[in-house]
This record gives sequence, C-alpha cells and structure tokens, in this order.
Amino acid sequence: MISKRIVLKFPHRLVDQPIVCNLAKYFDLEFNILKAYIIPKEEGLLILGLSGEEENYNKGINYLKKLGVIVQSLSQGIIRNSTRCTHCGVCITVCPTGALVLDTHTRKVHFYENKCIACELCLPACPLRAMEVHF
Amino acid sequence: MTKTITEINEKIKKGDVVVVTAEEIINIVEEKGVEAAAQEIDVVTTGTFGPMCSSGMYINIGHAKPRIKLGGGTAYLNEVPAYCGFAAVDIYLGCTSLPEDDPRNRVYPGKFEYGGGHVIEEFVAGKDIKLTATAYGTDCYPRKKLETWINIKDVNEAVLFNPRNVYQNYNVAVNLSNKLIYTYMGTLKPGLGNANYCSAGQLSPLLNDPLYKTIGIGTKIFLGGGVGYVAWQGTQHNPTTKRKDNDTPCVPAGTLAVIGDLKQMKPEWLRGTSFQGYGTTLTVGVGIPIPILNEEILRHTAVKDKDIYASIVDYSETYPQVKPGVLGEVSYEQLKSGKIVVQGKEVPTASLSSYAKAVEIAENLKDWIKQGRFLLTEPVASLPGPESGLTFKLLKERPIE
Repeated sequence: MISKRIVLKFPHRLVDQPIVCNLAKYFDLEFNILKAYIIPKEEGLLILGLSGEEENYNKGINYLKKLGVIVQSLSQGIIRNSTRCTHCGVCITVCPTGALVLDTHTRKVHFYENKCIACELCLPACPLRAMEVHF
Repeated sequence: MTKTITEINEKIKKGDVVVVTAEEIINIVEEKGVEAAAQEIDVVTTGTFGPMCSSGMYINIGHAKPRIKLGGGTAYLNEVPAYCGFAAVDIYLGCTSLPEDDPRNRVYPGKFEYGGGHVIEEFVAGKDIKLTATAYGTDCYPRKKLETWINIKDVNEAVLFNPRNVYQNYNVAVNLSNKLIYTYMGTLKPGLGNANYCSAGQLSPLLNDPLYKTIGIGTKIFLGGGVGYVAWQGTQHNPTTKRKDNDTPCVPAGTLAVIGDLKQMKPEWLRGTSFQGYGTTLTVGVGIPIPILNEEILRHTAVKDKDIYASIVDYSETYPQVKPGVLGEVSYEQLKSGKIVVQGKEVPTASLSSYAKAVEIAENLKDWIKQGRFLLTEPVASLPGPESGLTFKLLKERPIE
C-alpha cells in the first residue's frame, strides 16, 4: 500500500474531462479531494490524497502524466521558509490537522508535511509570513 | 555578599567572569542555593523576541545638492510615510506606518503585508530603499522634490529608537464572542477557541529584575543584534500594578524606551511583522544583562515559569471597550504546556513571542560578555519603581465646544 498527498495541475485542454474518476475505475486507487480550483489561464489545480497498491499507484501516476497533467508532491507545495520562521508558535492553534506542532522541550516549531492538507490557514496567521505556497 | 559593577567589569576584562542565562540560573540556584550561587555567578543574561509596536528608526539622509528641507514636507521610504517634523534631513519611520494606498481593513481582514517594520528590516539588511520627498522650498533650502535610493551605509546616522519595548509581562488574549476576531494578539477563534500570550516568561528581562534594581537609564543591552541602551522608562510604564510575593507583576507593568546604532544591528533580530486584520509591526530582539550585585537580585533572576502569572483577558469586548475584569490568572508553565482552562473549558495556547529566539539572544549576550566584548554599565538614574506611585492613565476626553 502506498498513500501520498499530491498536487495535480490540469492544462486548459483537460479541464472539462473526467480524469480523476479513472484513477478509481482503472487503477483501483482511492482518492480524497482536499482542494480544487481553477487558476488563471484556466488551469485546474487539484490537491488529492491518493492511495492504493504501489504498482497501481505508479500506473495511475503515469496515466496522469501521459495525459499532460503535472504531478507534484504536496510537500513541495507548502513550504516553511526556515529563515523567516522565528518558532514563536502562533500557527499551532490555527493549523487544523496538527501539521504544525511546537516541541515543548526545544520550543521549536515542527512542520509535518505529511499531515498538511494545504488549507493555507497558516499563511495569513503567520506574522512573519514564513509559510509559503508554491503550486 | 555584595559585588559592584566595577568589580564585575574587571572580571570581564580578565576573562574570568561567570555568566549564565536566566534559564540556566534556575537549576544552579536549586542545586547550590541562593547564597552560594550569588557568590559564584556574576551576570545573568535575559532575552526576548516579540512584536513591539512602539519601535522605529530615525535617519539623517545627508544634505542634497541643492538643499531640501523635509521639515514640514513629506517623505516616503518604499512608499511608507515617514515623519518629517524635524530639521532639514532628519526623518523618523515608525514600524506601524503603512503605504497610503494600502487598503488597510477596507477589505476585511486586511493583509498588511508591508509597512514601516518591513522597511526597517530591509534597510538594516543593506537593501536600497526608495526615498521620495516633497518640500515647500525656502531661500536657504530651495528644492521642492527629491527621489533617490538610499542605503544604510551611506546615511549619516541610522538609529533605532523605540519608545516602548520589553513589556514586563502581558495579557493572555482570548475571544468570548461567537465570531473570529483579528487582533494584535493574533487571530482569536470564537468561543474560547484559542489563547495567545506574549512573553518569554522566565527569560524575559523585566521579569528577572521585577523591581528595576539593576536595569535603569543607561543600562547597556543587546538590541536588534547590536548594542543599545535603555534611554528612559517606556511609555505606559506602570510599576504600581499588583505583584506576587516574588515581586513579578501579573498584568502588563514596566516598559523600556531603548536606543541603539542601527548600523550595527542585524535583520534577523529586527523583523517586519504583519498581523492580519490589525497592521504591521516590528519583532525586536532585546537582551539585558543583570549584574548579580547581591542575593536579592540573584533570587529574582531565578524566577521560574511556574511562579510567573499572566491575566486572561477577553479581546472581543473587555479589551476594546475598556471594561474591567479578567477571566483568571495562569502561570507561564501552564501556558507553555499547550493548554489552559478558562471558564471550565480547555483552551489551546500559542505564543507570539519566540522562546527559542529569546534563548538564542540570552546565549549571544552571554558569549559577548564572556569574550570580553561587552562591559556592563552602571545606570545613570533608576526607573520609577512601585514606590514612585506612577500609574497608567486612560484618556480623559473633554468635549470640544
């Protein structure tokens, strides 16, 4: 089993086609939509939790790539700028999934990318603007 | 046992001074007791790194050819308005100043991505800053317009001068209403959704010298990564508040006005900061050395988070409407545990002030003193203490007929 959070960017020509349902239909993959929107130039952006057997997962990703979908790991999308973060920890009560946690021993903030759902609530809540989106 | 600052400075010069941080002193006192620790330890260093809105810089940009008198005119640094009510080329920029075209809270909640605090951080980092200015023109200062890049290395003076920093304790902010609110204490979720606090607690300078026995006017400090001095008591200095048996106040009390050469400071310790729905500010790093002149001073520096209390205040109604009443007191140990109980409800806590950075500041200052690079100063005058009777007044409004 493999389970990952990914960011998919659909070019203009694919925006009106049913693609994600094929991941379930042909590759036996489970998907959980975390976020979906249309960005300027009519590109579609979809953030998914995707899981299934490793072989099927890889086939599914290849299917997407062949169609022209850009596939990116979510952890490359939401980034903590370590030079701006001061580890104050004001973000920790804003993050709904516990992806931002203050270590009570070191008093430093940890960012667990695998827990991040890209809700982006931390972005305006961080006074130092240390959280960045790179989609 | 008593020591003098002169004796401690001799030890610093010889390289045999014993310096520890306000965090380290806690265990030392627990192990050895106050008497032995006071003999052994010469200096305790403190630190704090939090948003401090009464911060700003003044600069003298140098005279232009032909001359221009900015006094009475206008000046903008990267579109952020600076104050010009001084002599010809002296200007002051406060960290909460905003570009005139910033939408502020017209689009609520405003983002406040760039303001005076951000200009200060970039200026200290050595970036070129765009100065645009207008003047009315005089016989001796004929010019009416100026547009130029300026850089910290080229201006005559660049001085950080903060009328109120280093608050001695602060409120714990909560929201009792049923809507999300945006405050200078961060975003507060409805129905006691979170509680935000802002103090380094046991490392905080004025909580380690609660009666201002050593910190006074002229005290040399770590300021923004460089060297600064205490210039005066800060605005709203309120030494007569309620205190615990260990002399620490349980509400915001003393404050400091601080000053220092911006040219020596570092951008990592002066950070432009944005509070959604509220405005911009500057996160300032301050560290203050406390000379251990006697056992009482040492006892104060050994204060622990569990013995320092802060008051819980509702920021939806009580604070904005200036109503009396706090929702209780909690210790910094409780606040740092990640949750507190308010009105029977468990509330998650978060800090606006960085404890990790406060430790780094106290460590840096410790190293400077150990290396003989930083000598202590004798205050030239004391700050008003609890005996001064000085209190913090609200504005008494008088109608204008």
